[in-house]
Amino acid sequence: MKKKGKIVIGVVVAVVIVLLLVGPLSVWNWVPTLKKPLVTYKVGALLSVTGPAAWLGTPERNTVRMIEEEINEAGGINGHPLEVIVEDTVGDATKTVTAAKKLISKDEVLAIVGPSRSGTTMAVIPIVEEAEIPLISCAAAEAIVVPVKRWVFKTPQKDSDAAIRIYEYMKEQGISKIAIITGTTGFGDQGRGQLKKFASEFDITIVVDETYGPEDTDMTAQLTKIKASEAEALVNWSIVAGQVIVAKNMRQLAMEIPLFQSHGFGNVKYAQTAGEAGEGIIFPCGRLLAVDTLAEDHPQKEVLTRYKEEYEAKYNEDVSTFGGHAWDALYLVIEALEEVGPDRGKIRDYIENKKGFVGTGGVFNFSPEDHNGLDKYAFEMLAVKDGKFVVAE
Amino acid sequence: MSLGSQLLQYLFTGITLGTIYGMVALGFNIIYSSTGIINLAQGEFVMLGGMMMIYLTTIIKLPMVVGFFLSILIVALMGALFERGAIHPLKNPSVITLIIITIAASILFKGGAMFAWGKETFALPAFSGEEPVRVLGATILPQTLWILGIMAATVVFLIFFFGFTLTGKAMRACAANRTAASLVGINVKTMVLLSFALSAAIGATAGIIIAPIALMDYNRGTMLAVKGFSVAVLGGLGSNVGAVVAGFIIGIMESLGAGFISSGYKDAIALVVLLLVLFIKPGGLLGSKEKGEFKKF
Amino acid sequence: MKKKNLIVLVILAGVTMAIPLGLGNSYYLNVLVFVGIHSLITIGLSLLMGYAGQISLGQAAFFGLGAYTSGILSTKFGVSPWLALLAAIFVTGGIAFLIGAPALKLKGHYLAMATLAFGYIVYIIFNQASSFTGGPSGFGQIPRFRLGNFLFKTDVHYYYLVWILVIVALLISLNITHSRVGRALRSIHAGELTANVMGVNTAKYKIQIFVLSAVYASVAGSLYAHFITFLNPSPFGFHFSIVLVTMVVVGGVASVWGAMIGAALLTILPEYLRAFQDYDILIYGSILLLIMVFLPKGLFVGIFDLVKKRKNRQ
Repeated sequence: MKKKGKIVIGVVVAVVIVLLLVGPLSVWNWVPTLKKPLVTYKVGALLSVTGPAAWLGTPERNTVRMIEEEINEAGGINGHPLEVIVEDTVGDATKTVTAAKKLISKDEVLAIVGPSRSGTTMAVIPIVEEAEIPLISCAAAEAIVVPVKRWVFKTPQKDSDAAIRIYEYMKEQGISKIAIITGTTGFGDQGRGQLKKFASEFDITIVVDETYGPEDTDMTAQLTKIKASEAEALVNWSIVAGQVIVAKNMRQLAMEIPLFQSHGFGNVKYAQTAGEAGEGIIFPCGRLLAVDTLAEDHPQKEVLTRYKEEYEAKYNEDVSTFGGHAWDALYLVIEALEEVGPDRGKIRDYIENKKGFVGTGGVFNFSPEDHNGLDKYAFEMLAVKDGKFVVAE
Repeated sequence: MSLGSQLLQYLFTGITLGTIYGMVALGFNIIYSSTGIINLAQGEFVMLGGMMMIYLTTIIKLPMVVGFFLSILIVALMGALFERGAIHPLKNPSVITLIIITIAASILFKGGAMFAWGKETFALPAFSGEEPVRVLGATILPQTLWILGIMAATVVFLIFFFGFTLTGKAMRACAANRTAASLVGINVKTMVLLSFALSAAIGATAGIIIAPIALMDYNRGTMLAVKGFSVAVLGGLGSNVGAVVAGFIIGIMESLGAGFISSGYKDAIALVVLLLVLFIKPGGLLGSKEKGEFKKF
Repeated sequence: MKKKNLIVLVILAGVTMAIPLGLGNSYYLNVLVFVGIHSLITIGLSLLMGYAGQISLGQAAFFGLGAYTSGILSTKFGVSPWLALLAAIFVTGGIAFLIGAPALKLKGHYLAMATLAFGYIVYIIFNQASSFTGGPSGFGQIPRFRLGNFLFKTDVHYYYLVWILVIVALLISLNITHSRVGRALRSIHAGELTANVMGVNTAKYKIQIFVLSAVYASVAGSLYAHFITFLNPSPFGFHFSIVLVTMVVVGGVASVWGAMIGAALLTILPEYLRAFQDYDILIYGSILLLIMVFLPKGLFVGIFDLVKKRKNRQ
């Protein structure tokens, strides 16, 4: 009896596996009759919903789902329902490439929002350029749009502008010798490059240049080195855990110099996780997180308030700038669809010439030379005070 | 900062790291000793311990002490459940099959934690404040002292357990010779179950005590497993003293490497040392060569 | 080579060559290109694990070395991708020889650790030697393969290129397993001491097969580099080494066919599970667990055993 049961289960497992193998390659796709007429507008989204950058992809996914629902409840785009097909990239280049090809050739989407990370964006650029499909990346690296690629746009502010804003602020404070510490991820590495590139322009000397792995849990060794140097400020450029651990480790070492973070710090949860150690951190950031302090007539006020309130009501968690990048990207596509209809080439042209698009990241002015459309003033320098973000003096 | 106090600071950092690695390695050793398996889900036990503690104390708001023991108990039960569900049913499996099963289990634990607690990074308040203690110009966190103390207690407990209790001795007997152990009436399968529960408990303890320093998220297990495995091998698989010593060696290598050579290559430096040790002494620092061999894949 | 294997190989060749005719869709072909690339690595790994009984938890590093050598030579030094692929074979093979000579003296988990450490060090170098590798940001614009005026551009082109190489690799591997070398390797697996006593130079064979498996991984890496045209370190880490070993074991460690089945299953399964959104990770883990618990010898052997048992009873 027991043996027989085992065999049955084994056979079932085998059958399931065979089905799984055959499934995605299944004959269904060769049957042309099931194809629906093209009434639904399909938009793809490549987001790192799981994996090491899940903290980035999850608010992005929540945001596009929320927008999809809203649009469809309001009757769609010119009557066409909107379908956003979210593919999880796991933050991995290989998986992103496959997912991009699925969106392009199987789902036949009109445009792609994402990927979430700089590295995965770089990996899919050749594919979207070849397939001629507009891609609006949610990743930070300037290299995504410099040099300009015909089909590639991005909504987050450029990392070069983040570095420039940090340096401008330092100049005002009379800081000239700094230390930098960056995570060895695409984001941290690009940030390190920008910090080194612009330092001399602002007469800033980088006296210590340290790195750490994305999964490291203790940076006191690097920080000890920095403490012993003559650095007057420290810039940390990394993602999640690293940003909090550096702050905590600095407190442990009783380091008095100010800590600057990158725009990767754009979630108030990080400041709360850092607790006391997070007080006084200064970083460049979109205005989303300081919306309460904006003047009523600020051009972004309405959009930011709306996004923040809707997101926080729906998901019961703090809004982050990361979800905002997806908000900007998807609404750009929606607006283009509204104006020019379901034509990939026209969508691209529309976005490229779009001026005065009010998003969460700033007011976008795209042009054939600028596929990001934001300048350095899209950043505000924020500081952590009592576990909240306020505009830095 | 004078060079002396810098050096002392690197040493403190290394000891903190080393204790964490050593704790994970102890968990590896216990399962290895009784089954010959390298349990690649060991890192997940650490993660689960940390996450469970954060959940119990900051969200359900249980007192720290209750949360501490309850978390360990729950994770130990998970370890036992894992053994009963996935290891126990197999008859004469090869070691490599078992290792892949631990990989599958680690995927499941990770996925479960992601659904239970989400993807954010969480912090646990330190056991006794975050005000650093100053020693000769260097600083050390009270939490590090807790980590050191609890590891010492764990090692003492293990020595006592394996040396002086009947169950512990029985487990050691299984490690030495399974057939002989079962011939003298030891229930080998029960000992395997116990070893999983014990090892999960130690992993969970490690997760709880490091969470205030290292923070915790669902994705943390793999890296901890790799470090723990490295340390267990360097110390000699099956040798608990070896695990502690090797933990300090790797931890201090990493922090000195980051301080004096290059922070980018610090892990590589520690691994090169590990490789050199293995090439010279193939059984690890304190292990016997035979113990590290297994017959079949 | 056994006749049975030859027949299967011919059938496989026929089927794989015919698939693109029915599957115009580039997404499915793209998945199958990855199945081919992963198969190349797992075939080599199964020779090492199944026949020689040695484990490697650093195979992703050889894959990466192939990819990076090929990518760097062709992008930064203008070397033709074919020559770059050849050069990568020598570089990777050479490194495998250097690391294999001392490492293969280790046994069991210690060997596993040594290969893991090696893989990790290589991964760190990919991240840190940024003047060559582009660091964590990686580098792009890697040229594609070209034959005269013919540019390998679409997924169909790469599909044929990859699968022809897979079949060549299979041919070589099946020949090895049924030759003197193969018997010697199996004798190592069965018992190294006995093999030594019988006059088999086990150390030599082990290194040879280790280098061969690295060469397969290197070729796969070159194909990957010129297919994706962008490289960063993340696909070549410890995680992928584990996935590769898992593929081999799930398929059945004792046969190159099993290695291919494992590669196919674990490459296609996540694609299939996309429909389950976040739950994919749980389903993936459960399937893996079920296979190992119910078919501990892997799919290939396991299913055959089940069929045999059935027959015997009837």
